[in-house]
Amino acid sequence: MCDCGPSYSARRRHDGAFLDRLARGLARAMDHALDADDLARRDGLLQRLDPRVKLAGLLTLIVVAVFVKSLAVLGSLFLVAVALALPSQVSLPRLAKQVWLKVFAFTVLIALPAVFLVPGTVVARLPVLLWPVTLQGLRSAAFLLGRAETAATFALLLILCTPWPHVLKALRVFRAPIVLVAILGMTHRYIFVLLESAAQMFASRRSRMVGPLSPRDRRRVATATAGVLLDKALLLSTDVQLAMAARGYRGEVRLIDDFHATPVDWLALAGFAAVASAALWLQA
Amino acid sequence: MTPAFEVVDVHYAYQDAPALQGLTLTIEQGQRVALLGANGSGKSTLLQLLDGLQFADRGAVSAFGEVLSEARLQDDETAFAFRRRVGLVFQNPDVQLFCPTVFDELAFGPLQLGWSKDEILARVDATLAEFSIAPLKHRPPHRLSGGEKKRVALASVLILNPEVLLLDEPTAGLDPQSASELIDYLVKCQGSGRTVITATHDLDIVEDIADRCFVLQSGRLAAAGAASEILDDAALCRSAHIAHAHYHRHGDSVDHHHHHRHTGEASPVAGKASRGSA
Repeated sequence: MCDCGPSYSARRRHDGAFLDRLARGLARAMDHALDADDLARRDGLLQRLDPRVKLAGLLTLIVVAVFVKSLAVLGSLFLVAVALALPSQVSLPRLAKQVWLKVFAFTVLIALPAVFLVPGTVVARLPVLLWPVTLQGLRSAAFLLGRAETAATFALLLILCTPWPHVLKALRVFRAPIVLVAILGMTHRYIFVLLESAAQMFASRRSRMVGPLSPRDRRRVATATAGVLLDKALLLSTDVQLAMAARGYRGEVRLIDDFHATPVDWLALAGFAAVASAALWLQA
Repeated sequence: MTPAFEVVDVHYAYQDAPALQGLTLTIEQGQRVALLGANGSGKSTLLQLLDGLQFADRGAVSAFGEVLSEARLQDDETAFAFRRRVGLVFQNPDVQLFCPTVFDELAFGPLQLGWSKDEILARVDATLAEFSIAPLKHRPPHRLSGGEKKRVALASVLILNPEVLLLDEPTAGLDPQSASELIDYLVKCQGSGRTVITATHDLDIVEDIADRCFVLQSGRLAAAGAASEILDDAALCRSAHIAHAHYHRHGDSVDHHHHHRHTGEASPVAGKASRGSA
């Protein structure tokens, strides 16, 4: 028996794991999207609001969170975000997993040097290295972290509590170009078709795998799949163009919405405006 | 009455692969027609030519007495008038459902034709109710089953109430219940004055949805006639690859075929399956 490499069965398992990983990655992407879609259609506080009101209100709060200059006000805005999440069926563990931990890990890396580099009152020193930790440095880092966490929480609430097509259509309130909205909408639509197609291709490849794949072959499978998918996407785009033409499309994009703002929506808009104004007034 | 479509000596090729070769046929207004043929026989291409999405390399396709040409359909007014009269339901609903939600899908056609917002909203609601898909109104297409997708695709075309409905393999990939609901709708079209042209190789449904059949083979017209005449011609059906060797009819039954074995034979062929009534 050759002992120059892993056994056949070990390589076979490895190849299977490689294809499994790809298939699982695609399935995870689908699951995430479908899960978010489900949440957006549940009956919750934010879900019940007109998408235009949600977009305007939450974007305003994001802007205020970015510009606010008081840590206490920033903390209050963060609490507002949490207070909006709970009645909207967005759980704290979900927020922690999807936003807080990721933003924390990323922002701390950026904010860390400021703790030592910003000159000011030294409140402590790093053990061994004896680098000074300044009050002003801690403040800068806290602002960066607080702004990032608060803004990301509001943004996630908007995405999780509003079906993506409605978010896009609501962007028209802010005069987003109609072509951009239509293209993003179609991209969102066909990502699912292509994801499904890719998942099926990997499943089919896996079902016919009777021998181990070398690293080169594994790369070949991945790139070949990407190539075939691109080809399918091109064919699909041609057919979609014909389907659009068949229903009267003449090159000019037109959109319609059936959004209906109710008194509750106007009240919610006033609420968003009141929170934003209060935050700006308090920090001033 | 002017025919709905006249196809005269039409040739069409995809690069070097001929799809239609000297095809000539006429479809009268109000007629329910089935285009029969195996995969690659040119059915889908013919539907796209009839819908003015592709244009013949040679020969002519006329709709309502006017030749369909690329130049003619460049004119917005002519194109809109034509789209208003002729609707095509594609075989793959994922191709047809390109909008983010069912509501947008149904509103797409009317929006392109310049209907007012109130008119569109009212018509969308009426169509959703007519096709029993109101609960799907805000659903994105990727959250629909195959049968629901087909129904939405059909509704997205019929919202314009076209005079001619072109259907490409309408029952392909559908479960029996969904297929039956779709066929029921097409049966209802009988006597409505609407011209319905269905491309299919599903012989089970032909007599329900069509009065006249055209059999295509390699882009040529192999036969034309009443649905019952065509279906009775087992040799023709076999030569056109739309029925297999076991296909035959008993009296007035729609179609019937057996997979069977003869007692004593060793071959473990499947027991027996039959479609339609004997």
